[in-house]
Amino acid sequence: MSDKPIKLLVIGVGNLYRRDDAIGVVIARKIKERNIEGVTVLEQSGEGTALMETWKDHEQVFIVDAVSSGSAPGGIIHLDASKESIPAKYFSCSTHDFGVAEAIEMARVLDQLPTNIKLFGIEGKNFKPGEGLSPEVELAAEAVIREIIQLVSSKSQ
Amino acid sequence: MKKKTRNIKVDYLARVEGEGALSIKIEDDKVSDVKLKIFEPPRFFEALLRGRDYKEAPDITARICGICPVAYQMSAVHAMENALGIKVEGPLRDLRRLIYCGEWIESHVLHIYMLHAPDFLGYEDAIRMAKDHKSVVERGLKLKKAGNQIVALLGGREIHPINVRVGGFYKVFSKTELNTLSENLKWARDAALETVRWTATLPFQDFEQDYEYVALSHPDEYPFNEGRLVSSKGLNIDVADYEKYFEEEHVEHSTALHSVLKDSGSYFVGPMARFNLNFDRLSPIARQAAEDAGLKGKCNNPFKSIIVRSVETLYAFDEALRIIEAYQEPDRPFVEHAPEGGEGFACTEAPRGTLYHRYKIDSDGKILEAKIVPPTSQNQKTIENDLREFVPQYIHLPQDKLTWQCEQAIRNYDPCISCSTHFLKLDIERV
Repeated sequence: MSDKPIKLLVIGVGNLYRRDDAIGVVIARKIKERNIEGVTVLEQSGEGTALMETWKDHEQVFIVDAVSSGSAPGGIIHLDASKESIPAKYFSCSTHDFGVAEAIEMARVLDQLPTNIKLFGIEGKNFKPGEGLSPEVELAAEAVIREIIQLVSSKSQ
Repeated sequence: MKKKTRNIKVDYLARVEGEGALSIKIEDDKVSDVKLKIFEPPRFFEALLRGRDYKEAPDITARICGICPVAYQMSAVHAMENALGIKVEGPLRDLRRLIYCGEWIESHVLHIYMLHAPDFLGYEDAIRMAKDHKSVVERGLKLKKAGNQIVALLGGREIHPINVRVGGFYKVFSKTELNTLSENLKWARDAALETVRWTATLPFQDFEQDYEYVALSHPDEYPFNEGRLVSSKGLNIDVADYEKYFEEEHVEHSTALHSVLKDSGSYFVGPMARFNLNFDRLSPIARQAAEDAGLKGKCNNPFKSIIVRSVETLYAFDEALRIIEAYQEPDRPFVEHAPEGGEGFACTEAPRGTLYHRYKIDSDGKILEAKIVPPTSQNQKTIENDLREFVPQYIHLPQDKLTWQCEQAIRNYDPCISCSTHFLKLDIERV
């Protein structure tokens, strides 16, 4: 068995000027502040081919993005993309038609999907132009940050 | 006798950036109404910019679109430099062309391979296309990566580049650093030539209109950042006069504004406009590839815009290699300047077409007023006109096929609704 540490990547997807759409980026920044050894944290706009390029060569990937599925704002959705396909409807709030869901399914077809890839979706309420998160979304962010830090800390050791 | 009425509504426009909707009304087999609906006002960023420092404009406006941040940065810096009376020349000017090459490549390749090609090959989306055309899709992804590498190096990072500033760049590069791009760009230039040949083999419907094309035109080069604004019907103006000749109209069905020429109405910006107005300034390899693909300096069929985008992609790789080969590191990364009050204008050629910025700043460099006209809002009226002409030819088709044809006609323009707004949903309904 190799002692080589697993290459961990956290990607926060979002747009800071589209209110709750910013949540992925906000979470990524807070995780980055912790400087967890062996963990790379990146921000992305959500354009799919760029995502595919970013997660190449990483074995464990966590993606955080706002979702719009019609459920209550602040709800957290966990998806294990390594095991299940991603319903495109969740991420239709992205500006990009070739976005997170499409990138995952395309990578699956091309055998380019990381071994472990998990998505944390936070149900947004307001995607209008502007700055600042809805209170429900801000609250959910704290829970997601705690969960991801716990996960990456245990895996990076 | 009661009229037979059908409505075509598409709530969600697939493979179009952003969110919007289309509705078409058909009465007695004639199109009586076409509405491309855009949901959100594009003015948020103009308001956000007011009161901010002039140096912040490139990075704030870059956030308007995740696909074409460089275009927003370029229009912003050129407008500010126009206001401040400074001129960026030599290697710094070349580096700006180079980063723009990277963005054209990223944006065009994404549209050609992931969004537009599935239409012609009969697939619902690129993922299904990839199952049958794996090597084609892989070539597209590698080409896009080559564009990403240019933007990542010059912009400081791939997403939301941060290295562009008023007067030049925060950091410039050694010849050795730029040379690291060359080998891959040479492969990519060959692959881009293959792409032109491949797109030329796709099946195209006959559809040509008498468009008025509008693009920048420069005497010596294919346009990115500089030139006069010209049209195929005689317009030839300084960019500073843009608002004397163009105006934005409020339309009832859309919260976005439709841009028109005051004298002649709708017009057409983007790759086909640039190509038709600047064909002789393409590099020889790009010109030859276009001619071999059947476009001898002219293309009036928007479905063939996929070929034009691939020609511009080839040009962008060729131009990037030319710039890198000729590059000499500049003495300083940016032109020194002090803020002073004034007004500045710029048009640059975003992948999707002409992007206009105007700013008024005070003597401390504070932004007093900002105006941004993105390419998609300029093409909206032309897209509606196309659908009005296009739908009658396909009126006999079943609903799902007609809807797909309409979506394809809209995708010809690679509309980035996220430039003017964020979301695009398309609705087509027949009753």
